[in-house]
Amino acid sequence: MNTFVQLLVNGLGKGAVYALLALGFVVIFKATEVINFAHGSLALIGGYLIAVTVDTLGFPLAALLGVVGAGLAALLIERLLLSRSRFATPDSLALLTIGIDVVVVEDIFRRLGTTVPYLGAPWDARPIQLGGVTLFSTQLVALVVGLVLITAFFLAFRFTNWGIAMRAQAENREAAALMGIRSSRVTATAWLVAGVLAGVAVMFIVTQDFSGTGLSRTTHAIAFAAFPAAIIGGLDSTAGAVVGGVVVGLTQALTEVYVSIPFAKVAVFLVMLIVLVVRPAGLFGTRELSRV
Amino acid sequence: MSEVITAVRAPAAPAPRSRRGSALRALAWAALLLVLLVLPLYVGPGLLSAGQYVMVGAVGAIGLTLVIGQAGLLSLAHAFFLLVGGTSYAVLAGETEQAGSEYIVGLGLPPLLALVGAVVISALAGLAFAPVAGRLKGIYLGVASLALVFLGFYLGQALPMLTGGAASGRNPEPFSLFGFSFSNEGYLAVLGVPFRQSERLWYLFLAFTVIAFVLARGAVRSRVGRAWRGVRDNEAAAAVMGVNVLRAKAGAFAVSAAYAGLSGVMVTLWLGLLKPDESEFGTYGLNTSIAFLAMAIIGGLGSIAGAVVGALIVYGTPQVLTLFADELGLGDTLAGLSPNVISLYVYGLAVILVVLFEPGGLAAIGRRIAGFATRRLHPDGTAATAPRSAPPGEDRS
Repeated sequence: MNTFVQLLVNGLGKGAVYALLALGFVVIFKATEVINFAHGSLALIGGYLIAVTVDTLGFPLAALLGVVGAGLAALLIERLLLSRSRFATPDSLALLTIGIDVVVVEDIFRRLGTTVPYLGAPWDARPIQLGGVTLFSTQLVALVVGLVLITAFFLAFRFTNWGIAMRAQAENREAAALMGIRSSRVTATAWLVAGVLAGVAVMFIVTQDFSGTGLSRTTHAIAFAAFPAAIIGGLDSTAGAVVGGVVVGLTQALTEVYVSIPFAKVAVFLVMLIVLVVRPAGLFGTRELSRV
Repeated sequence: MSEVITAVRAPAAPAPRSRRGSALRALAWAALLLVLLVLPLYVGPGLLSAGQYVMVGAVGAIGLTLVIGQAGLLSLAHAFFLLVGGTSYAVLAGETEQAGSEYIVGLGLPPLLALVGAVVISALAGLAFAPVAGRLKGIYLGVASLALVFLGFYLGQALPMLTGGAASGRNPEPFSLFGFSFSNEGYLAVLGVPFRQSERLWYLFLAFTVIAFVLARGAVRSRVGRAWRGVRDNEAAAAVMGVNVLRAKAGAFAVSAAYAGLSGVMVTLWLGLLKPDESEFGTYGLNTSIAFLAMAIIGGLGSIAGAVVGALIVYGTPQVLTLFADELGLGDTLAGLSPNVISLYVYGLAVILVVLFEPGGLAAIGRRIAGFATRRLHPDGTAATAPRSAPPGEDRS
């Protein structure tokens, strides 16, 4: 029973991190209908910046730099590449992001060479015992940070002008533009937000208790697991992204222990397949109707 | 996906196709084939092996361009079907034995039978995914098919009796046909050039590639291809016109899986080894799926000749760079700029540039050059007397 509770806690900690990544996907998808295959490389850019500067700047400043850097990288990608091709369909832009991902990932690992830097999170210190359950501080911090950011995001999405503009554009792009919403600004901020969320997420992915490795290709593969998270929830549902993240985190934590670690990687995708077969647009996604 | 892929492809430029034009075209194809046939007499094993690898890519890319460009179904599962094909061949043709620490199973069938079996099994695996493919659209389908790659990664490790295990893998039986082995076995010389494994495999792979190419063109130009394009352009309209949408989708997936399966057999023959991945980025990983996708995109989605050229770029670049690394002053590692890394830059950038500037890919550029040349040849407009605009999606390589 204790193991189970322990796994639930671990799963929720992981889930919060996946939710951050999935939320980024969903924000970009809602604003532009583009699936961002380069999301994992946004996380890598953030992680790389932290890894390079952590020795000279110290962790807090380096982390800030990484988060801002990831956000700016996302903004640059959108401004320089995606916004240039206005007449391309969202799906061909998704193919474009695959090209970006290939180049960015390769470049970062060429720079890193054979080193696998740990980002040296300061909270990675001691486990906390709480009634038979061991709380790893990383997971606790991840959970808290995730909750705070997600709540902030939802409040902003609900109440700020930005959120209203985002929702209007997601509802109907042309109508929103006609009502005076600057669609390019909405799109740009969506990418910025997604990049920032990815930059935060990577700090947790690259820690001992999360993946057991430093910044490596595995980081990129783990960021890919945010795909199923976004799809399970439904690509156009922000709440779905959070639910999807938690589902993925729990699936991983439970199967790792009850089945096997290699199986945990597939299990996430199998859960996604099952959800898709039952509900092709994800749990909370909008069903697409076609009119003849 | 439907509207998606249509827009990725270029609106086919109505290139005039005169009788003289098609005769020229046939002549060009014959000349190319002739060059490919006599090549082993003149070039060494290194380049031949690079060419074989390109053909491995070409066969797989043709299959992928059919399912994505013609049927409008995004598939990221190609690497999985490669693994299925390679494993099936190794199991069907191999012997049961104790290899290293693993007990591996083999049925010991003749290699030709094993090859056919491997292609059929891959097609069935593609068909098995049809219930999912039939229900999903566009990018949802792409991500769903991604699940297969991770499944392959897991199964490759979990079934060492079939795959030989991630540590050592297993050696597939060399291909042979009626007692003639496509390996270094025996002595054979043509015009004084000894034909060893690399020359023999060259002809085998060339035959596979030509068959794959011709069959794909046949499919595209037949009812089947029209049904696929109908499904791609508008599912509902296709259904109204009597296309069985689910069957067309399942068929497209199965055909592309069969191509990937053949490509998987070829890659195990080329390497002389079947080895499941130790990490997610190995021979059958996500990066392989993406490399094939890049071939299809760079070539121009839906164009079969384009897919072959895409394979030449994506799989040819690292091979040629490796061969000429010393001449190019690349050394072994120049700040990590290995031939592999350079080729990844090349095709990553190529994908970006294609989507930004020429959504029809190299096929559209080729059509444009052909159109330009035709106009130059017939400035009086004789070619335009019998213009025939291409039906959308027809491959006019």
